Amino acid sequence: MNLIAALIAVLILTLSALGIAFSATLSFLLTAILPYAAFTVFIGGFIYRIVKWAKAPVPFRITTTCGQQTSLPWIKNNPLESPSNVWSVMGRMALELFLFRSLFRNTDVAIVGQRPVYGSAKWLWFFGLLFHWSLLIIVLRHLRFFIEPITPWIKSLSTIDGFFEIGVPTLYLSDVAIVAGLTFLFLRRMTVPRLRYISLVTDYFALLLLLGIVTTGLLMRHFFPADLLHVKNLALGWVTFAPAAPKGVGTVFYIHLSFVFTLLVWFPSSKLMHMGGIFLSPTRNLANDNRMKRHLNPWNAPVKVHTYEEYEEEFRDKMKLAGLPVEKE
Amino acid sequence: MKLYNRGMIIAGIVVFLIVATFPFWYGRGKAVSPPDLKLDTPAIQQLKEKLCVETAPYMRANHMKLLAAWRDGAVREGNRSYRTADGRVFQVSLTGTCLECHSNKKQFCDRCHDYAGAKPACWSCHIIPEEVR
Repeated sequence: MNLIAALIAVLILTLSALGIAFSATLSFLLTAILPYAAFTVFIGGFIYRIVKWAKAPVPFRITTTCGQQTSLPWIKNNPLESPSNVWSVMGRMALELFLFRSLFRNTDVAIVGQRPVYGSAKWLWFFGLLFHWSLLIIVLRHLRFFIEPITPWIKSLSTIDGFFEIGVPTLYLSDVAIVAGLTFLFLRRMTVPRLRYISLVTDYFALLLLLGIVTTGLLMRHFFPADLLHVKNLALGWVTFAPAAPKGVGTVFYIHLSFVFTLLVWFPSSKLMHMGGIFLSPTRNLANDNRMKRHLNPWNAPVKVHTYEEYEEEFRDKMKLAGLPVEKE
Repeated sequence: MKLYNRGMIIAGIVVFLIVATFPFWYGRGKAVSPPDLKLDTPAIQQLKEKLCVETAPYMRANHMKLLAAWRDGAVREGNRSYRTADGRVFQVSLTGTCLECHSNKKQFCDRCHDYAGAKPACWSCHIIPEEVR
């Protein structure tokens, strides 16, 4: 049912994009006003979510137990799994950001001969990594439409991505990888009963929307070519605040744009905010230094303390009379 | 409410803003004029009817597909003639047919390809007539 609802949402988007393509007023709205609206919502919403998260206090270090913490000098510690200073934390964050370290640790359990057997399960890690890296490369490659002249590094990225020169225009490897990644992530939710049970409409919608963007992009590149001259004119028009009405770009382009703008608008309020949220994950970005530093709880009520020094100061004479040892004479 | 780790959060947001608005500040908002394609070669000026192999809008979006089909047909099947939808017949040849009219690669092919960031592999096999002459 959740899947069907998400599918219907994507279909409605597609149909409305088709409607927009055939109306001059609406296509002006889509190509000249919505880009700015969507981008503003994306940026504003993104910052709003980050600030909102940053206002939540995280008083104590959430330590994860997958590595030996720094303690005595003769006990070998694991700086990347249980960091105790800023540099090690950066190392752990980098592993998480670029290589999805915590997904790599994923395990699977199966009952073999009435005994539970645990084994490693790297599929989610592999296809997740594949999807995210190809998405990054694809976004960077799209910069060729937004800047003029095109910087050499974007050109080299496209050349490396199309290294095998399969077909005309060249098939990009990141395009193949992103389809493989998204298909896996989608089939995983469909076929694993446990995942199907916990999947919400928005989980399916995110995947279907991204698949829609990728599919329309591939259609425009390989099957119904859009006139790139006009596409670039339009994109350059956006960044110079003088959007020009596109000609000869085809209906697929309008569907592609509608999907992308939907993604931008929806992004800040969706689970896709893990893009910003990963930097704020307390189990990853807090150093395990509980034994080195005292972390005060910001909402503690002020407690009146009476330290031993003060105690001794007050009762020194009496303590001496009673024959008790004192630190200061 | 207090913003915790103020320095790191603000630095992160600033980095995000700089990266996300890259196309806006990179071009400094300067208007870029679209490439000016020169269609005034002597061969084109002599044509009575200024028409390419197919219509201009079709060619603009699909020329790479047409050329790929021409290449495969000519090299693999020896098919050297192409009949258009309106019955005209052309010899299948990049150098002999396409570049006969569009003899100005630098002012025609390259301008659009550079603009759109396309890198056609044509010239890894074919010669560029204007460079040979």
